[in-house]
Amino acid sequence: MITLTHYLVVSSILFVIGLVGVIRRKNLLLLFFSTEILLNSVNIGFVAVAKFYGDLTGQMFAFFIIAVAASEVAVGLGLLILWYKRTGTIDLDSMQLMKG
Amino acid sequence: MEVYLYIALFAPLVGSLFAALFGDRPKNLITGLATSGLLFASWVASIILIMNVDTSNVVHVRMMDWIAAGSINIDFGFLVDPVSAIMMVTVTTVSMLVHIYSIGYMEHDKGFNRYFSYLSAFVFSMMILVMSDNFLGLFIGWEGVGLCSWLLISHWYHKPDVSTSVNPAISPAYAANEAFVMNRIADLGMLIGIFMIYWNLGSLNYDTVFANIGTLSTGTITLIGIFLFIGAMGKSAQFPLHTWLANAMEGPTPVSALIHAATMVTAGVYLIVRSHEIYALIPNVGYFIACLGAFVAIFAASMALVNTELKRIIAYSTLSQLGYMFVAAGLGAYWIALFHLMMHAFFKSVLFLGAGNVMHAMGDERHINKMGGLGKVMPWTMGIMSVASLALAGIWPLAGFFSKDKILETAFSQNHYFLWLLLWIGAGMTAYYSFRLIMLVFFGKEKYDKEEKHPHEAYKFVLATMIPLAILAVVAGFSEHSFMKYVDGILPEYYPHVSTFTFIFLVVITLGIAIGGILLAIVKFSRGDFDDFFKKLGVYDLLSNQYYIPKFYEEKICVPYKNMSKFAWEKLDLKVVDATVDFIAGFIYATGDKSRKMQSGNLSTNLKWMVAGLVVLLIAAIFKIGI
Repeated sequence: MITLTHYLVVSSILFVIGLVGVIRRKNLLLLFFSTEILLNSVNIGFVAVAKFYGDLTGQMFAFFIIAVAASEVAVGLGLLILWYKRTGTIDLDSMQLMKG
Repeated sequence: MEVYLYIALFAPLVGSLFAALFGDRPKNLITGLATSGLLFASWVASIILIMNVDTSNVVHVRMMDWIAAGSINIDFGFLVDPVSAIMMVTVTTVSMLVHIYSIGYMEHDKGFNRYFSYLSAFVFSMMILVMSDNFLGLFIGWEGVGLCSWLLISHWYHKPDVSTSVNPAISPAYAANEAFVMNRIADLGMLIGIFMIYWNLGSLNYDTVFANIGTLSTGTITLIGIFLFIGAMGKSAQFPLHTWLANAMEGPTPVSALIHAATMVTAGVYLIVRSHEIYALIPNVGYFIACLGAFVAIFAASMALVNTELKRIIAYSTLSQLGYMFVAAGLGAYWIALFHLMMHAFFKSVLFLGAGNVMHAMGDERHINKMGGLGKVMPWTMGIMSVASLALAGIWPLAGFFSKDKILETAFSQNHYFLWLLLWIGAGMTAYYSFRLIMLVFFGKEKYDKEEKHPHEAYKFVLATMIPLAILAVVAGFSEHSFMKYVDGILPEYYPHVSTFTFIFLVVITLGIAIGGILLAIVKFSRGDFDDFFKKLGVYDLLSNQYYIPKFYEEKICVPYKNMSKFAWEKLDLKVVDATVDFIAGFIYATGDKSRKMQSGNLSTNLKWMVAGLVVLLIAAIFKIGI
């Protein structure tokens, strides 16, 4: 029997994986992947909880997140390609122009 | 009638604003002409008003709500009754002539346009002061004239400070500040008086206040009377707040004629006359006012005896005449005070304007012992000033005789013989110093450098503005009875009751001492000023140093105050207040400086910090910290 807890555990594990990816990776493309993992882990949580309570709001919210994630990636990838064309690298450490 | 009221009130304001448009431009004659023209309109309107207003027929307009907050409800209202109509005519007559005079006097001045703007603004403030129907409007005018006085005394603000034997520093800017500060002290008293009226009666309108003032306890009325009089003391330069008036002579001479002789300084007397229903209930305060007035009358006259500066002598004379007015007002003879105010405005302003001619001719020389023999080159000025001096001395049939004599009679008929004696001696001194001035300036040997200075008579139109005032100084006194009838009903009827014999006796001895003073001065000063014999006397020293009062103020008030301020600045402000504020600012600055290293610009590092923040917030949410 797969219960809500299982879903939430999967969601948390995915979230931690995404978080570690976001922190550790130096490649901008992989950073996007990590972000997608983060967003989808949240989606799993939303859908599971919505199903559990029989409330469609959570599922609707998941759709919103998917839409936002898609547009974000579209814009982000565009910028990424532009950056690559300019500098020939997508290493994070090469982007340190804004210092405090 | 309302239209005339508004014209009389607002024409000077329009003139002032118009002249202000040219404020930073070089001299433009149009400012002088336009302000004078608008003043003329104001004067005509005032004349029409005075002819149409009487005791039973006053013009009272409520222009708009002014302050309406909570239970406070004060209108912007104006009242023209015989008393304010007389003030309006006096103010506009003198101002109009002084405006025209100034076109000649300020001819070569760089601040010509600015000067006319301020001068008209002064007239506007003075009109508000005399026309307001409540104490707050009066106070606004009161402050307005104070401000304009400050602006005009410091007209030549660029002149540097010089120290004299009596003054630690004197320059137009210093004199203006002194006048302003002294008046602030007094205005605080007046403001407290106004607050007390409002607190106790819930209104500031003259009608309401005077109708209900009797319901208050005598103690409260006395306090109100005293506080209002403190305000009057400052504006009318009564002892001990008198030192500013003599120093205010640093301003241009027409300003002295208008503000520091004819109009602003008499505002204190107007205040007492206007609130006579308050003072009628507290005769003790009135008696005090009369005593102070008599003291100032003789005190100021004695300083005028030995002073050598042309305008300062006339300024002390003004001070002394204000003392006379306060005696009359204090003893309940309000219409006599107002009458003397009006007569004084005419002869004193023309005296000042004459002094302006003399100083102009002598290239701004101000010491009368460096003049002499000017009568030959300035016959008109000499004639006008002599007439004005005779009026000031109170010689029949000139204006001063009628008003001053009434004041002396009042003091005598109420059995205040000591006050009468002081005033009588004061009358002698007045005659003496006036003719000392005339003798030293216009007669005797020329004591100025003839190679350097070429004195000349003033322009014809300048003289023409003085002649109406001189004529008024001659004939205005005969209006005594119609004047009394005119204000009757607004001001309490009062006539000094003395027997015919006493009356004649008083007139004769008063005229006697005045003529005696004049003759003594003519004999004494036809050969020159006080010689070394007098100058060695202690009394001469005392008088020429103004009783050491400016020095006393400097040493006992200004210097300790300065030291106290210095202590508060160096020890309290810098060490405590500033240090605290600086510490807080420094702490925040240091925190920022330390934590800015976080902003390395590296996205990974930033994300790590973000996660750390997220964790902190999560922990806070879980343990409900700060909720």
